Amino acid sequence: MVRFENVGLRYDLGPEVLQDISFSLKPGSFHFLVGASGAGKSSLLKLMYMALKPSRGLISLFGRDIATTDRGDLPALRRKVGVVFQEFRMLRHLSAFDNVALPMRVAGTREGEIQRNVEELLKWVGLADHMTARPPTLSGGQQQRLAIARAVIARPKLLLADEPTGNVDDRMALRLMHLFDELNKLGTTVVVATHNESLVKRLGHPCLRLDQERLHLEAARPADPRATRNSAMAGK
Amino acid sequence: MFSRRSDLQLERDSLGRFLPWLIAFMVYLSILAMAGMLSLNNLAERWDTGLSGTLTVQVPASQTEDEKSMAAILAVLNKTPGIARVQRLSEQQLLALLEPWLGPAAGADDLPLPRLIDVELAGGATVAVAALQKRLDAIVAGTLVDDHGVWLERLLTLIKTVQALASAVLALIGLATIGTVVFTTRTGLAIHQDAIEVLHLIGAQDAYIARQFSSRALMLGLKGGLISLALALPTLLGIGYLAGTLQSEMLPDLSLPLTGWLVLLSLPLTVAIIAMVTARLTVMKTLRKML
Repeated sequence: MVRFENVGLRYDLGPEVLQDISFSLKPGSFHFLVGASGAGKSSLLKLMYMALKPSRGLISLFGRDIATTDRGDLPALRRKVGVVFQEFRMLRHLSAFDNVALPMRVAGTREGEIQRNVEELLKWVGLADHMTARPPTLSGGQQQRLAIARAVIARPKLLLADEPTGNVDDRMALRLMHLFDELNKLGTTVVVATHNESLVKRLGHPCLRLDQERLHLEAARPADPRATRNSAMAGK
Repeated sequence: MFSRRSDLQLERDSLGRFLPWLIAFMVYLSILAMAGMLSLNNLAERWDTGLSGTLTVQVPASQTEDEKSMAAILAVLNKTPGIARVQRLSEQQLLALLEPWLGPAAGADDLPLPRLIDVELAGGATVAVAALQKRLDAIVAGTLVDDHGVWLERLLTLIKTVQALASAVLALIGLATIGTVVFTTRTGLAIHQDAIEVLHLIGAQDAYIARQFSSRALMLGLKGGLISLALALPTLLGIGYLAGTLQSEMLPDLSLPLTGWLVLLSLPLTVAIIAMVTARLTVMKTLRKML
């Protein structure tokens, strides 16, 4: 699904912010990407959602080497990737509905199907009453849920989330993580970048830890029982 | 090619407010330049077809009373191979030709008038003008045979020069329009850079993004085109009216044929399409720089 081999990244002529990154993600896996602020989590995600080119090394997505893939084929690959951006990056002039509908529209989905799916998802993330609201009028938490809804609306094969729970309370954080879990159970590969170590412990998924520009893989740990209880509560 | 939906909401950009007026101004100038060019073209064609295949024979005034000489000249002309018709202009016809320049004085008895003979050649036939003139000169000294070639050639050269200038003006206006659309589109791309990047990252094809700019450019171009038509039509009709009120004999007929009017009416649409294609190419070129 995702394979990095000796990937390095530098911005312009600066020092490498990522060095010799090598890992692979199997289809249907769920990983947290952790590390201190500035460790390069967002940069690594940008490489994964093809916003950046690596300075060196090989990146393969869905079995295709990104460096040798024709530029015209990249949009089709990007549609398989759902991204929750750290700064949300909602289109301010569009309504919540239209923002969430964007990935389906660029894919050429029929309006009837878009209407049905978007309404259903907005209800699920608790924004049914804000479909016509524009992002600047929503709270940080609401915008974050909107960003998550946009990332998952087209049922991506790979979901990348950059600090998706940074602006929501614990209850909503668990509910959103539950949504990611559900998508993961349906076969979506999930990578969630977070510095919320307690959330990582609660859910027990394996971790990709960035430390001093390098990546270390940490195996899955048993989920914290308290997290299980909270998740169950959140799911009710 | 066309898109009613605008994810970028380009219609809210302030650039959209001045672009139609800029395009309107450009198209207005284009219509005037094109109208001038087409009128001259029409005029040149009429002169060319009206004068080619004809000769004018001018017999000096001092010899005009010699009707025998005139008859001999007419006989030579009628016998010359390639000449289809020979017509001597009457005194009334001669005076009518001179009246626009000389007024009623053209009819004064003391004004010596040459005799003119209108000669029409058979279709495709040519006549050795120099030899003919030599023969006629032998009958009446000073007789001239004018095939209009030199005069017509100079006039057509002048018209073609003016037309070339008008074409250059049209080309410059076209380039200025393209430059304006490129600048406006690039500014729009800069304003909406973040939204475009989001669309790009969620899998929008370049063409999807470009369509939003090209549709917008087409609409603004059409708006500008309609404004220009609203300004240009009264201008052209006004010029036509003013020309009609002058002494028409002194001015060549500069009216436009129906195809000319159709070309003028199609200019706004053409410019709108140029704006649309320019915007699309500009966006596609810019987006190609993205990963």
